[in-house]
Amino acid sequence: MVDTVVFILAAAICLTGALGVILARNPVHSALMLVMTLFGIAVQFVAQEAHFLAAVQVIVYAGAIVVLFLFVIMLLGVDRAQNLELSVLPIQKWAALLFGAGSLAMLGVLIIVVKDPVTGAEAMGGSATGDENVRLLARSLFSDYVYAFELTSLLLVIAVIGAVVLARKPKKVLDSVTEEGSEA
Amino acid sequence: MTGDPLFIDGVDLGDIGIMAVKVLVAFTFLLVATMFMVWFERKLISDMQNRIGPNVAGPWGLLQTFADGVKFFFKEDLRPENADPLVFRLAPYIAAVTAFLSFAVVPIGGSFGSGSSGTVTIFGRETYLQVADPPIGILLLLAMSSIAVYGVMLAGWASGSKYPLIGSVRASAQAISYEAALGMATVVVVILAGTLSTHGIVAAQSGGITRWFVVSSGIVPFLVFLIAATAELNRPPFDLVEAEQELVGGFHTEYSSIRFALFFLAEFMNVITMSAIMVTLFFGGPAGPILFGMTWFWPTIWFLLKVLVFLFVFVWFRATLPRLRYDQLMHLGWKVLIPLILFWLMFISLKELRAAHNWNWVATYGAAFIALVIGTALLLAGLRAGDRAFQDELEEA
Repeated sequence: MVDTVVFILAAAICLTGALGVILARNPVHSALMLVMTLFGIAVQFVAQEAHFLAAVQVIVYAGAIVVLFLFVIMLLGVDRAQNLELSVLPIQKWAALLFGAGSLAMLGVLIIVVKDPVTGAEAMGGSATGDENVRLLARSLFSDYVYAFELTSLLLVIAVIGAVVLARKPKKVLDSVTEEGSEA
Repeated sequence: MTGDPLFIDGVDLGDIGIMAVKVLVAFTFLLVATMFMVWFERKLISDMQNRIGPNVAGPWGLLQTFADGVKFFFKEDLRPENADPLVFRLAPYIAAVTAFLSFAVVPIGGSFGSGSSGTVTIFGRETYLQVADPPIGILLLLAMSSIAVYGVMLAGWASGSKYPLIGSVRASAQAISYEAALGMATVVVVILAGTLSTHGIVAAQSGGITRWFVVSSGIVPFLVFLIAATAELNRPPFDLVEAEQELVGGFHTEYSSIRFALFFLAEFMNVITMSAIMVTLFFGGPAGPILFGMTWFWPTIWFLLKVLVFLFVFVWFRATLPRLRYDQLMHLGWKVLIPLILFWLMFISLKELRAAHNWNWVATYGAAFIALVIGTALLLAGLRAGDRAFQDELEEA
């Protein structure tokens, strides 16, 4: 009973947030709605006894990634409602509509076709409470999935280095910039 | 050892009552401690600057904070015309609520070690002296401190004015930068304790000062945590967020009355919580000698005394150290603290792994040293090659 109530509440929070992301006119409000969705998902994780994933969800997604979104929104000064009629590509709106309708149709087909519960079997054996949770996750990350894990981290490092290389200015240019007094 | 023994045999009305009392006590404690902390800081800093400080309201000016609080309540609540109405009102609550929530995982008493597992008996029920002992334990603190960024950031943005915006952008960049160092210093402690639960971390430190993690982790993680926590709290010397000479009041320039009071409250509550967390992670929490009688009473006294030391340290920082420049702040965070704590994390992991598998000393550290040398050489070579290619490209252009 409690499980059902928690699920319904958290799902409602997720969906409200998700709708808010696309309906809010102000980009900052959209980002905040995204945080709400992430919190709802974190609650779902806790209900599934995946406490560690819930914590990571809040720390990484809500605490770092959306903060960076907001950072960019504020720095670029796009924190005002924009005129949606002025789209960059003329077919953008129609393409979006097509893909959106396509995904919705696929989801509908899945709901009708799949009769068995999608995740019937438990992913990992053993008690999933407390520290066991972290231990099991670490074991499968660093044994069965170690290549995928390390390759992902390599990808992230490459992305970071790429960003630094792209953003790096030649030393001479940098010197002239600091002389103008905008070092920070 | 999983979770509070209070909930082992189901939850009944008495358990809920005890929880309610715990929440109420923690809440009241934090509020009173905040009032005390404000007075303590003002009094101490005036001593350090040869001033008298607040001395009119109550004995030694003790009631000054209370008077200020009452004043805040009765002031008019102003909202700038350009402000975003909803977010402007939301921001102070995010700041205050996260400040309250992070204190919930701190064990504030109970004797650990020599057979007792830190439980106390209230009305015939055994329980821990902390509001909650969730399985993720210390991660709750990290989660709350990353959510607290929103309070500052949204306050600055929603004010619709330039100084608060600059202050809040600075604040979020600073908080994200130092969170990495803070988190990794915590990971060192978690590796040593073998658990995320704050209760487990305190239990792992029971049995003498040498078992406190400040000693057994080497002093480095503690120092990194202290510096990163100071930055995370936006306390001097890292208070660029509200650098008065440059930004008026920083992110809360446009706030007044009770909304400003909430930010103020959150700031000082975070100082108290961070001090309590440092005591929990590195200084054995409520550990200390039990002198006479009332065995449940002494651990709490020791805990409070240790927290008081850190509160003093934070005020001391403020009175002594000049504010860092922004590039110095980023340099310290990214180029000093993070590499240092990353190295230390590797070192501690290796040490633990060697002990667990009983590997040969020379082979283990020899291999690690060779890997370090090769890695450094490769990195330096890569950097030089990159630099050269970059210079060539420059000359062509």
